[in-house]
Amino acid sequence: MLKPALALFRRDLLLAWRQRGGAVPVLGAFVLMVVLFPLALGPDPALLARIAPGIIWVAALLATTITLDHIFASDHADGTLDLLVESPAPLAMHALAKAAAHWLVSGLPMVLLSPLLALMLNLPGHVYGTLMAGLLLGTPTLTLIGTVGGALILGARRGGLLLVLLVVPLYVPVLIFGAGAADAALNGLDAAPGLMFLGALLLVGLALCPLGAAAALRAALT
Amino acid sequence: MTSDADMPELRAQRPVSLANPTRFFRVANRLLPWLGAATAVLFAVGLYLSLIASPPDYQQSETVRIAYVHVPAAWMALFVYVLMAVASAVGLIWRHQLALMAARAAAPAGLVFTALCLATGSLWGAPMWGTWWEWDARMTSVLVLLFFYLGYVALIDAFDDPARGQLSASILCLVGAVNVPIVKFSVDWFHTLHQGATVFRLDGPTMHASMLAPMLVMAAAFTLLFFVVLLWRMRGLRARARIAAAAATAAAEGA
Repeated sequence: MLKPALALFRRDLLLAWRQRGGAVPVLGAFVLMVVLFPLALGPDPALLARIAPGIIWVAALLATTITLDHIFASDHADGTLDLLVESPAPLAMHALAKAAAHWLVSGLPMVLLSPLLALMLNLPGHVYGTLMAGLLLGTPTLTLIGTVGGALILGARRGGLLLVLLVVPLYVPVLIFGAGAADAALNGLDAAPGLMFLGALLLVGLALCPLGAAAALRAALT
Repeated sequence: MTSDADMPELRAQRPVSLANPTRFFRVANRLLPWLGAATAVLFAVGLYLSLIASPPDYQQSETVRIAYVHVPAAWMALFVYVLMAVASAVGLIWRHQLALMAARAAAPAGLVFTALCLATGSLWGAPMWGTWWEWDARMTSVLVLLFFYLGYVALIDAFDDPARGQLSASILCLVGAVNVPIVKFSVDWFHTLHQGATVFRLDGPTMHASMLAPMLVMAAAFTLLFFVVLLWRMRGLRARARIAAAAATAAAEGA
């Protein structure tokens, strides 16, 4: 049961590597979105420190969203998806493998880059750990939810725009607890409850999103 | 056309009755004028009670009357979504076209109820709370509900193949159902500016009868109005599907 999913996972990573630039556009969008805020709000260090967790979270959320309209698109175009649906291995495992590969290429680099952006926004050093832990727990959930959205919009007119409308409402809890945990740490409060909620959301997402994505993929191919 | 006598097994299936589209629309057509008349009467009574015959609140004075629209609209916003989610589940599991059609027909009505709920809440909040909008859990979750309705309506028409749009939107509707308990219980789980439940409580409503009566009559009027709109729109969707089918047949014969 695991073997086909692992093969798909390795294939997706290999494709991302061979096509180069896998993570570069996402990271570029992520950094640019963050950079816009100091330019718009002015370079007041105290203000930027206060709003840095929220800015970084919103940027990570939006950057994730805009990458997801293509998570199944090329497989859909070249017929790979038809083979995956026909394969005896569960489609949900394939969806999970694709989500995992996608997160490794786009989500994890954002987590690793976040301290640099926090530095540019003058975030105090003691918040870095919470911010990164939150992103590490939260961005996989964003990718998992986005997998369902990416499958739902396969073949839709103006799918990318539609995807934003479909998945951003579902991202709200992740954003609230993620930015909330970093905010709590910033204000000297206990960040653990927020992080635990993020962990809970990730577990629920791991259990349910692949099933939702599989149902959506089947609907796309009927 | 074969009669039932030739196919006894078909007659045995008849008790499913309303799940049969032909039977459903026959009953719906007969029901619609009565439902429409009842809706008009209930709105007349409800509006009279809420605008004229009920007392102003001792603190909120006349603005309390906004609640007679706001609260039923909020109930309907949730009720319609639950109905859509159940219909979508039935439609996805048994591929029942009538259920899918019901979900599709209900969506714009639910969208309008949700928007009405937010707008009237804002109008009431400005004089009473001193703010048009507050980012508390109740308001935020209802705003998210509005976006699920919008997403459903946008997704269902985004495909060239209507059946595909219907399936995808139904899956989205089920995913969005996670928000329903959040809306309902947000006032219990979080400290919100929005008040807690005052009507549906284990220890009974905490509203005076003079205010509860107009609210319940208005709620009944909103509910009936929804079913009128639902049946009307389902009739329209059926007509549209028939026209599309006829056009497809004509095109196939012409070619």
